[in-house]
Amino acid sequence: MLAAVSRVLSGVAQKPASRVLVASRHFANDATFEIKKCDLHRLEEGPPVTTVLTREDGLKYYRMMQTVRRMELKADQLYKQKIIRGFCHLCDGQEACCVGLEAGINPTDHLITAYRAHGFTFTRGLSVREILAELTGRRGGCAKGKGGSMHMYAKNFYGGNGIVGAQVPLGAGIALACKYNGKDEVCLTLYGDGAANQGQIFEAYNMAALWKLPCIFICENNRYGMGTSVERAAASTDYYKRGDFIPGLRVDGMDILCVREATKFAAAYCRSGKGPILMELQTYRYHGHSMSDPGVSYRTREEIQEVRSKSDPIMLLKDRMVNSNLASVEELKEIDVEVRKEIEDAAQFATADPEPPLEELGYHIYCNDPPFEVRGANQWIKFKSIS
Amino acid sequence: MAAVAAFAGWLLRLRAAGADGPWRRLCGAGLSRGFLQSASAYGAAAQRRQVAHFTFQPDPEPVEYGQTQKMNLFQAVTSALDNSLAKDPTAVIFGEDVAFGGVFRCTVGLRDKYGKDRVFNTPLCEQGIVGFGIGIAVTGATAIAEIQFADYIFPAFDQIVNEAAKYRYRSGDLFNCGSLTIRSPWGCVGHGALYHSQSPEAFFAHCPGIKVVVPRSPFQAKGLLLSCIEDKNPCIFFEPKILYRAAVEQVPVEPYNIPLSQAEVIQEGSDVTLVAWGTQVHVIREVAAMAQEKLGVSCEVIDLRTILPWDVDTVCKSVIKTGRLLVSHEAPLTGGFASEISSTVQYYRTQGHVPNKAKRWNLKKGLLQGSSKENGHLLLKMFCMTGQRIQRTKC
Repeated sequence: MLAAVSRVLSGVAQKPASRVLVASRHFANDATFEIKKCDLHRLEEGPPVTTVLTREDGLKYYRMMQTVRRMELKADQLYKQKIIRGFCHLCDGQEACCVGLEAGINPTDHLITAYRAHGFTFTRGLSVREILAELTGRRGGCAKGKGGSMHMYAKNFYGGNGIVGAQVPLGAGIALACKYNGKDEVCLTLYGDGAANQGQIFEAYNMAALWKLPCIFICENNRYGMGTSVERAAASTDYYKRGDFIPGLRVDGMDILCVREATKFAAAYCRSGKGPILMELQTYRYHGHSMSDPGVSYRTREEIQEVRSKSDPIMLLKDRMVNSNLASVEELKEIDVEVRKEIEDAAQFATADPEPPLEELGYHIYCNDPPFEVRGANQWIKFKSIS
Repeated sequence: MAAVAAFAGWLLRLRAAGADGPWRRLCGAGLSRGFLQSASAYGAAAQRRQVAHFTFQPDPEPVEYGQTQKMNLFQAVTSALDNSLAKDPTAVIFGEDVAFGGVFRCTVGLRDKYGKDRVFNTPLCEQGIVGFGIGIAVTGATAIAEIQFADYIFPAFDQIVNEAAKYRYRSGDLFNCGSLTIRSPWGCVGHGALYHSQSPEAFFAHCPGIKVVVPRSPFQAKGLLLSCIEDKNPCIFFEPKILYRAAVEQVPVEPYNIPLSQAEVIQEGSDVTLVAWGTQVHVIREVAAMAQEKLGVSCEVIDLRTILPWDVDTVCKSVIKTGRLLVSHEAPLTGGFASEISSTVQYYRTQGHVPNKAKRWNLKKGLLQGSSKENGHLLLKMFCMTGQRIQRTKC
């Protein structure tokens, strides 16, 4: 209560009068919600079916999801203005996955995913400025402008990988390092429903199970691998069972609380040394596969609309919070406004920042000391390669 | 324009450097560092970012194959596949997303025409696609597999190199997968970055048992693809993706074949041989025109067409005539296919098949004069083994 009042007093003058009303309203501290039971494979018990959400956490998740959503929409806008070039894979609709996973693990845990990585880059700790600047290829970007949409990295976040399925054995390797270092860390290894048919994933399952690696394999099933629906691509669409000897959970990926509880459960499972576990997050993406895909040639607009109106993750969280008096509509609207402003500023920065200098073209090809010269497009163009 | 200009500019700079300057430093043991560093004088110009372009140069309408139709590269590929499926009842096409027409529209309409048993999608598994294709081919059916981008061919590398290439040999000709053809979009397109721009022909050139083919135009593509499908060896057909829409030509509607392992001399010349394949052919054609106009240099332009097994005779014959060779390709310089071409030509030169005559530039008159053996030797070394990659900034 006092916090609310002080917030008002320290607030900026132009805040509307309704703010005072908001601040003086009494909110619940937390609320208990029922969540959908997860389907289980080779598990006796699953994650709990009820969970407690505190007001603080709720606001935090709402803000994060809204930031990811607005960031992706801004990236869409910038791409259409040709400020972002190349390839751009957006994850709006899948916000509950990235925010929910982050809520269930510690910052010291590790995460690796494929190319639909903007949301994870944000939840793993990078700022929107750095992400948008990387998309526009400027030096303020997280990979110094050389990586682009598919190659974003952060502490304990290993990308951002272009080749489908190739990141899964990498994730198993990171899990091995976690086990070896003995610091009780786990590795979340994500892949999509399309990648689930790649051979190297099964190789990784085998190694992880054989050596009991603390690896959580997560299949983000958004029902379409590019333009191919899961029924047309997979003999078994029960992706959580595809690990066979690895226990699995099927989770409602549009409900952030469900994702959070399942992640906590899976992380606890791995940390106890029982070996790997598989999670299938059933989610949906509103955009097409990438910006060059309209996204409506293989699915109907009605389907997209239906998911948007019934299962939108942000809407679900908002309804829950408002209905159980954890927050008010005005408060959440205010968060929307703040997020919008933050994204605008970041986009401004991303557009105005200069591109990396040409001298850096050859950097970081190898790790080398002293620097050596690399040939460019013809033998007389030389770039220094410093690392 | 700028990449072409850079290329021609490079020729100009060499000429301007003077026959005496860099050449003198070369006298003695091999290419000295001085040679390589001489370019630092042109450093600023060389470092300037180049916006590449090329202009597709269509060939004249072919008359010997019957009625023609205006087609671009992906339509020519569709036409070739259509002809194959019509002629050969065992032919099947498969790959990621081929059923609706493919991400580059190379298979549009084929599923409707020939049925879902003959044109079908595979899941996302390149190793599986090629392995599966080898299996189909071994039973005698014609398998036409598509790998969505050449950059993704590497999971299938083991299947191609260890299984497809060696099947006939290891079974003593009892079995073979000769009716397998793998098609894949290839080469830079401008916005492709790491994983939609690669030219992996050099990796496969290292493997006996397979054939690697790269067309430069729709007319060439249809003829070469039909030859690959009918060839009794496993073939990899790389289609320059930037030409899918950009290259438009008159292409015969009926099936026809262009022989494999035969390079084509597109333009005759007497001063220097320029060799390339795929998109680069159009770049060097433009360079040849510029060199003729500005330097009075007569270039012989060769499209290699088949990378493996490559047409050694045509290239060597041409270098015998001109005395100089320049190879240009998009793939990285080190270990690129140009190194194979140049070292083979060098070998034949040392064997005496390619005579040691070479001509020296005369700066003032722009004419060529006879010269000493030594200078000739150095000039040939100079011109050998260069590769250029199209650098693109925005597109």
